[in-house]
Amino acid sequence: MNTILKPLGSMVNEDSTAVRNTGMADKSKIPVPKATPETQHFWDGTKAGVLRLQRCCECSQIYFPPRPFCPACVSRDVEVFDACGRAFLYSYVINQRPHPAFDGPYSIAVVELEEGPRMMTNIVGVEQTPQALKLDMPLVVTFEPLNEDISLPYFQPAEQPVEQSSKQHAGGGR
Amino acid sequence: MKPSSIAIVGAAETTELGRIPGMSQIQLHADAAINTMHDAGLKPSDIDGIATAGESPVAIAHYLGITPKWTDGTQVGGCSFMLHVRHAAAAINEGLCDTVLITHGESGRSGIGRGPWNTASASLQGQFESPYCSMGPPTTFTIPVLRYLKDTDTTLEQLASVAVVQREWAGLNPRASQRDPITVDDVLGDRMIAYPFTKTMCCLVTDGGGALILTNAQRAENFPNKPVYIVGTGESSETPMISQMQDMTTSKAFRVSGQQAFTEAGITHNEVDHVMIYDAFAHLPIYGLEDLGFCGRGEAGAFISERNTAPGGRLPLNTNGGGLSFMHSGMYGMYALQESVRQMRGTAPAQVPEAQISVCHGVGGMFGASGTVIVSNQKAGQRG
Repeated sequence: MNTILKPLGSMVNEDSTAVRNTGMADKSKIPVPKATPETQHFWDGTKAGVLRLQRCCECSQIYFPPRPFCPACVSRDVEVFDACGRAFLYSYVINQRPHPAFDGPYSIAVVELEEGPRMMTNIVGVEQTPQALKLDMPLVVTFEPLNEDISLPYFQPAEQPVEQSSKQHAGGGR
Repeated sequence: MKPSSIAIVGAAETTELGRIPGMSQIQLHADAAINTMHDAGLKPSDIDGIATAGESPVAIAHYLGITPKWTDGTQVGGCSFMLHVRHAAAAINEGLCDTVLITHGESGRSGIGRGPWNTASASLQGQFESPYCSMGPPTTFTIPVLRYLKDTDTTLEQLASVAVVQREWAGLNPRASQRDPITVDDVLGDRMIAYPFTKTMCCLVTDGGGALILTNAQRAENFPNKPVYIVGTGESSETPMISQMQDMTTSKAFRVSGQQAFTEAGITHNEVDHVMIYDAFAHLPIYGLEDLGFCGRGEAGAFISERNTAPGGRLPLNTNGGGLSFMHSGMYGMYALQESVRQMRGTAPAQVPEAQISVCHGVGGMFGASGTVIVSNQKAGQRG
């Protein structure tokens, strides 16, 4: 039973979408990422509950998605480090079409990490409405296992106590 | 390329547009190609260069009985055909071939004879975007717009006006799929697809195709239809992942491509009579007008809602009705090129009187790539 995505059910349209999706939320319908040698450290990190970025040791560029060289200066001298997990909401849509992994409308968002890079995510632990999802609102990362190997990073409002939210959405948030 | 050295001498769409369940995707290419060869008075043995996207150029050449000396399978999404025009012009000028056929066909609605759309789970998109359950372009290509609206004080009403104005143009086009007039309230009140995008702010999904034939400008005078000269071209790419755009309020690929095309053409924006900007979604014309330099930052929403691009306005834009109202098979760039050619030939259903220069701008993927083609019915230096 999907847990992290379930609280997203009660949102924008009280009508048909939510009803249609009742009981359908099925985490197995989420496309599971397949790590490559260049991205393995990232997925090892999310499994351990940390968000890992990379930094160039020559020009200090911090970047995402992972690759074993700096996209700014092509240096191969790069290092992996743990991000702080804080971000803000850069932009998003709220998908109203039914998806089997979700109980109702859900946000598909791009967040800007405190370290600079942006990444796609779903915003969880908050009503999926334009009123609740304010651009530039502070967010914090949380993790949700999809299987033994892959945990996905999601983001939730920073005001919300992380402990409580982790319980609500089960599994992640270590 | 040297402006006006190459011309479009053949152009046509598929016989039918819209819902064509009786035709496979490769046959849509062929139907468009045959109509285009007829338009140019040519047969397959006259064609020695082939370019296409969505299908292999090898498959299209073989299907049509063409033996190419030059092939281009550039596949960067819906603007691939703008890039094909640019590449073909260079190839003809280089003497690699004489007569190039560019084809597009797509069974976007009926899905006949086309493979599934898959993202490999080990690709960067597969790892870092797909898990967030974006269900294709309506929920992905649309992500940047809330950031744009906030940063530029553009309103949802202005965004909706893009669809309203284009529907007015579609009303003048008998081949357009959606022709009934709509209001801003209709658009905003329509079924929500992905907030803030309602259904009418998203492109159609249809079947169809189109093709072009290009040759050098000297030969171009001897064809049945008036030559349409290529006066400037540009192309670029930014990212296959929309989350990795440098800035979600402007497309780097648009800016680079547009600037190349204008520089090559040696024209100013004031000289442009007609514009096509690939409109997969309502925000694309807004980004296009700004990134191509027709409007300042944050001004395009007001420019459109104040009817500058509407029938009777000073910058007619997407005069076929666009991807929002005319047709959109998936890779719409070919239909934008077809409308630019019609406007330059003087045969468009919503003809812009005495138009001499048309700018045709395409997007590929989701702000992934871009191609710009500027065409004219007059050679450079002979324009009035």
